[in-house]
Amino acid sequence: MSQAIARRRLGPGRSYPYGRIAGPLLLLAVWSAAAYGGLLDPRVLSSPGKVLSTAADLIAQGRLQTNLLISLRRALLGLLFGVGAGTGLAVAAGLSRLGESLIDGTMQVKRAIPALALLPLLILWLGIGEEMKVVVIALGVAVSVYVNTYAALTGIDSRYVELAEVVGLSRAAFLRKVVVPGALPGFFIGLRLGVTASWLALIVVEQINATSGIGYMMFQAQQYAQSDVIVVGLLVYGIFGFASDALVRAVERRVLSWRRTLAN
Amino acid sequence: MATDTRELSVEPGEPTTITGGPTPIAGGPSQDAGRPSPDAASGGARPHGGPVVRASRLVRRFGGRTVLDRLELSIAAGEFVALLGRSGSGKSTLLRAVAGLDHEVAGSGELRVPERVSLAFQDSRLLPWLRLLDNVVLGLKRPGAAARGRKALDEVGLAGRERAWPHELSGGEQQRAALARSLVREPELLLADEPFGALDALTRIRMHDLLRELYARHRPAVLLVTHDVDEAVELADRVLVLEDGRVARDVAVDLPAPRTPRDPRFQEYRELLLAALGVSPRPALPSVRTAEETTDDPAQ
Repeated sequence: MSQAIARRRLGPGRSYPYGRIAGPLLLLAVWSAAAYGGLLDPRVLSSPGKVLSTAADLIAQGRLQTNLLISLRRALLGLLFGVGAGTGLAVAAGLSRLGESLIDGTMQVKRAIPALALLPLLILWLGIGEEMKVVVIALGVAVSVYVNTYAALTGIDSRYVELAEVVGLSRAAFLRKVVVPGALPGFFIGLRLGVTASWLALIVVEQINATSGIGYMMFQAQQYAQSDVIVVGLLVYGIFGFASDALVRAVERRVLSWRRTLAN
Repeated sequence: MATDTRELSVEPGEPTTITGGPTPIAGGPSQDAGRPSPDAASGGARPHGGPVVRASRLVRRFGGRTVLDRLELSIAAGEFVALLGRSGSGKSTLLRAVAGLDHEVAGSGELRVPERVSLAFQDSRLLPWLRLLDNVVLGLKRPGAAARGRKALDEVGLAGRERAWPHELSGGEQQRAALARSLVREPELLLADEPFGALDALTRIRMHDLLRELYARHRPAVLLVTHDVDEAVELADRVLVLEDGRVARDVAVDLPAPRTPRDPRFQEYRELLLAALGVSPRPALPSVRTAEETTDDPAQ
């Protein structure tokens, strides 16, 4: 093209193709260079090749898949319950005065206590089984989803409420046409934070009193100083964390296609 | 005509004598103060029926301030009324009262409004997450809503844009879509709160033409709040000037269509209304002004 298309002067500019994976690739390149250049002691950090072969071994033994499935199940269940509870509470608090007075204060207190700080109490109540792990994850997720969804619900432009009154929307139509779409952007922010929170909580619960899962596998590797297995675990967390966030983003872009933001 | 009466509690101590009604103005062009008259309408005879809006002894208070003070208002079916007034004179309060949007405002008086009322806001107020057609038919339950919405969009010159998002439209187009949303409901009364206030002068002229055209076709009663004296004289059958919460002037505009500021009688109305608003009119230069020009806003 002979003539450049005028760009928004204060915007971040045009986005690069596949720009989002450029950073991770660069990191990988630096790691490889350091490992094969002899700068890295394998006891501190294994080389990419060693990590890959270890991953292949773990898959051949079936250990990686088994642990991964268990971890995914925990994260997914925690996410499901957390998103459900967070959304439900936010809707109850955002749409009714009674709900607001009962729920919002409580959630703000809960928000001040990290989900992981409740771990001792939850172990006391639920033991060290799956329930405890799922509940810890769900608690972390619920707070993120609640805070953002509630803020979005209460922040719906009063001018739109006025419009709904003028055109005579029923309560159900008001919820469907104004409240839900108006609160969706906030919900998605909460969902993305919730997904991150679910991985974070997963890592912690799998390294305490666990007998399975990716975190347990890494914890074991730490005992035997297997840095390659630890890195495999980190990679798995990284890949799934990245992929789940990308998935939520893709859904968000589709659902909120009406939005025009600085980024596009 | 089916009318829905919103009875508001009349305070027992409210005085029943009504003062401060429409005042005849000496020297003004064709004053027909107080009651709407068919022959006062612009562009020849307009059959007006009985009143669709009746407000009597309407009082609205904010805090300790009485914004509407025993206001009397009557709008006939199919009548185009413009409401002028300085800021704080109670224009918006009156409009919101008629629209039924003043739930938590203290007040009294009697107010009768028709069943089907549409309100055009100053901003187009399209929901950003609904495509244009869905915005236009928002809340419309009757069968064939989509077809009617399409027709309404066609009427305001937005045919083919049914699937556009509101942010893809220009300010004038958004306001046209808002007009379509108002008219698709076939209102008996169209309320408009400075609907063209945020538009540039050229777009405003086009919107005036469009509104006149739509009004001629659908014939709702119109209550247009504006701060633009020229807009009021150009469009309305009757111009009310609000002052201290009452109708201080009630001027029937008797000008043939098309109305143009070049008409000396247009200038007479303009000066009369500016005087009523407490603004001394600037020396008019009719020879310089063209129909395409809008004046700056002397009423602001």
